[in-house]
Amino acid sequence: MTPDAHDILFRTLADPTRRALFERLCREGEQTVGALTAQSGVSQPAVSKHLGVLKLAGLVRDRHAGRQTHYSAQPAALGPLTDWTSEMTGFWESRFDDLENLLKRMDQ
Amino acid sequence: MSNPELRTVVVERHISWPAEKIWRALTQPHLMEEWLMKNDFKPVIGHSFNLRGDWGGVLDCEVLAIEPNKELSYTWNFKHADAAFDLQSVVTFTLTPTRTGTLLRMEQSGFRPDQKQAFGGAKVGWQQFFGKLEEVLARAD
Repeated sequence: MTPDAHDILFRTLADPTRRALFERLCREGEQTVGALTAQSGVSQPAVSKHLGVLKLAGLVRDRHAGRQTHYSAQPAALGPLTDWTSEMTGFWESRFDDLENLLKRMDQ
Repeated sequence: MSNPELRTVVVERHISWPAEKIWRALTQPHLMEEWLMKNDFKPVIGHSFNLRGDWGGVLDCEVLAIEPNKELSYTWNFKHADAAFDLQSVVTFTLTPTRTGTLLRMEQSGFRPDQKQAFGGAKVGWQQFFGKLEEVLARAD
């Protein structure tokens, strides 16, 4: 797990519209851009742009059928964030940061 | 590793302080609280204690091994009704003196294999996941 991969996932999901699109695809399964736009409250070009960012992060996959593009969620892409080993590694790295700060303040 | 289901996290850091000083920070409750969590730790094998996180979580711990300035090991268990969150693990700190300080090594082992699935795909997990994500992002500023 590289810090870059973390950054990309966090940045991608930090946007509420993108997060809503991703959650909806997780909840309801594959959807066309049109169907996603109808409920998103933003324009179709904006939805397409968000889907492009989600796709770059590996969070969605697209499938072309005729003139329609269907998108589906790829929850496995969240693996790096949900994996306990990387989560705990981050936890201990940050604890050790605090430990080093404490050691600087301690006498002796 | 004899048990293929075990998972291990290792974090190592070279710290430019002597092992004796780091040992104090690892074993004195008021110092542990400053970098780890609130606790009622005692440096006695078999002593049961809790680590209390700021988020309200309480870890059940028991001292397993203690060798002053060298090694400290305790259980790090978190009880949760949902088995996917239930955690039974052992944390071991090892201190190795170097020319310029100490190599501090933390090894945590014992994760259940299904914990990786706790969030991925589980509907119930989404809320917690995104709540957590937002916390992380808020702290990142």
